[in-house]
Amino acid sequence: MAVITYRQALTDAMREEMQRDETVVIIGCDVAYRGNPFGVTKGLLKEFGSNRVIDTPISEAAFTGMGIGAAGTGLRPIVEILYSDWITLAMDQIVNIAAKLRYMFGGKINVPVVIRAPFGAGGGVAAQHSQSLEAWFNHVPGLKVVTPIDPYDVKGMLKTAIRDDNPVIFFEHKRAYAMKGEVPDEDYTIPFGSAVVRREGADVTIVSYSYMSIRAQNAADELAKEGINCEVIDLRSLLPLDYDTVMRSVEKTHRVVIAQEAHIRGGIAGDIIAEIVDKNFDILKAPPVRVGMPNVPVPFNVGLEAMVIPNESTIKDGVYRVMKSKVGSV
Amino acid sequence: MPVEIPKEVLKNFKCYTPYKAPEGLSVKKQLGMFYTMNLIREFDTKVTDLWMENKIYGIAHSYVSSEAIAVGACAALDPEDYIVSTHRGHGHCIAKGSDVKKMMAELYGKYEGYNHGKGGSMHIADVENGMLGAQGIVGGGIPFALGAALSSKVLNKGRVSIGFHGDGGSNQGVWHEAMNMASAYKLPVIYICENNQLAISTPLQNVTGQSDLYLRANGYAVPGVLVDGYNVFAVYEAVKKAVDRARAGQGPSFIEARTIRFLGHFVADDQWYRDLDTVKPYWSLEPLGRMRAYFLDNKLAGEDELKIIEQQAVKDVEEAIDYASNDCTEPPAEKLYEDVYAGGEIIK
Repeated sequence: MAVITYRQALTDAMREEMQRDETVVIIGCDVAYRGNPFGVTKGLLKEFGSNRVIDTPISEAAFTGMGIGAAGTGLRPIVEILYSDWITLAMDQIVNIAAKLRYMFGGKINVPVVIRAPFGAGGGVAAQHSQSLEAWFNHVPGLKVVTPIDPYDVKGMLKTAIRDDNPVIFFEHKRAYAMKGEVPDEDYTIPFGSAVVRREGADVTIVSYSYMSIRAQNAADELAKEGINCEVIDLRSLLPLDYDTVMRSVEKTHRVVIAQEAHIRGGIAGDIIAEIVDKNFDILKAPPVRVGMPNVPVPFNVGLEAMVIPNESTIKDGVYRVMKSKVGSV
Repeated sequence: MPVEIPKEVLKNFKCYTPYKAPEGLSVKKQLGMFYTMNLIREFDTKVTDLWMENKIYGIAHSYVSSEAIAVGACAALDPEDYIVSTHRGHGHCIAKGSDVKKMMAELYGKYEGYNHGKGGSMHIADVENGMLGAQGIVGGGIPFALGAALSSKVLNKGRVSIGFHGDGGSNQGVWHEAMNMASAYKLPVIYICENNQLAISTPLQNVTGQSDLYLRANGYAVPGVLVDGYNVFAVYEAVKKAVDRARAGQGPSFIEARTIRFLGHFVADDQWYRDLDTVKPYWSLEPLGRMRAYFLDNKLAGEDELKIIEQQAVKDVEEAIDYASNDCTEPPAEKLYEDVYAGGEIIK
């Protein structure tokens, strides 16, 4: 085991997969010479050459589409969208081409492309560099959507994504690049659709993913001092989503808070609540609670920005709400 | 006698070139191209009838009168080369050598169709044969063709990739992005614009600053040529030159194959938005009559021989219709979720 950063976990996963499989290539703005703005692809150009680590013009639609076309004809491209906000420019290629081809063509083609997209708010980069747009992709059959946060998960799941024969949207949290964690020295992968219980507790289940799962653990630590024991689930992947683990926990705690960084309206949290209610409404002792970003664009001003990014205290408020209310009070 | 082209047509259709086979193209291959053009004509003529009879579900776009482009282009390719098609894809599929039986089965929505009944006319694909699929998004396949060329380059496969698109597709942002990237990376891709000068009902020149599309290529340091899109030999020669250039590692080419759209945008489009009388004289440009006259005038084939070829195409399409109507099955309900994800994985 070695202690490495989240950034290093990403780099190592890509390097090892590129060594293992000559069809793996990297495509994106600033990925080659500069090694990406966060340093994630640093050193890979030197090791693998410009045929496999490809700097692109700022043409998200065409370079994402090029990755998709290359995936359909024998390569396993990793396409990087420099900030996930700009994935909008490549939306048609992802939604209408990558997600649809296999099905439309009756299973005659695979599209093994990974689209890495740094997301999340903080640091005053305002409305066009701060969004969490994962819910859009969860809505599209044919895609997989993953959001690991622990360096161990990040490395294992990026490897899984690269080896997967389907298009995978890999959301990296921008605040997490310097986070450290233990990672095995040997090759390993982590399957999608397997959530992890980060902390056990009997009173409330907090379901979360990506950076919010860290905030959820912090909030749970504080709540434990107040006598509220939270079970914290890190989903790791959103499509597929491990409902077995979620249901098992809610069957035990009977209360659930879903914490996401994204805007609340139309988000993953609401969808998870709908699934829980569909699967077994009767286990709930209180109405489920969503924690997320208010429905406003992320503002620039540091004070205003702090008001919209959900944090430990927002999660704690959510837990208090779910502890106080109950089902069937009408 | 060559087909007589009215003076007014020649004046307006400046890229007209008389039929003349390029050197080195055997008569046998020319007659093969004639057969394939007839097969496309017959296939899409029948598809229109069948759609009107409610035998074909959904929507279909006819390739009738554009046959020279797909056939001229694919004749210049090796079997392992790639093509990426458009919503008007039947002609490309047939020209690439796909089986009209499996195509018709797909249009009928049958499980035996190329796409197991999950794609239909607008998404017809024969991936094993290098036909990487028809795309229902105008211009949507342009980056895909770029990606196929990238694969070929990175893996040293020596294959070239053709990205067919229309004048409508040429006004999508991805056209410009892809042209720039193809040029920058010297990728073995050939973009062929089937410029029929109408985007559904909107004339190209009404919405396009530079409607001589081939001139745009120069702005991307890509060679751009204009060819008579009804002349299968002109298309073949232009594509052959582009293929040679691509295989030599010299990069992409752009070919504007110009035509005039004679038929509706889709099979049931009555074209109320245009005066079809003005279009009539241009039918003299259509490729099958001109190619036929060329064979006869140059004594490369006799009337009987041409008739046999034409009848063969009719017979092959009849058999395809018979196959789709009588020998095929509906996709089983349990296949609904199959193929969303690879390897049999089902995520509900």
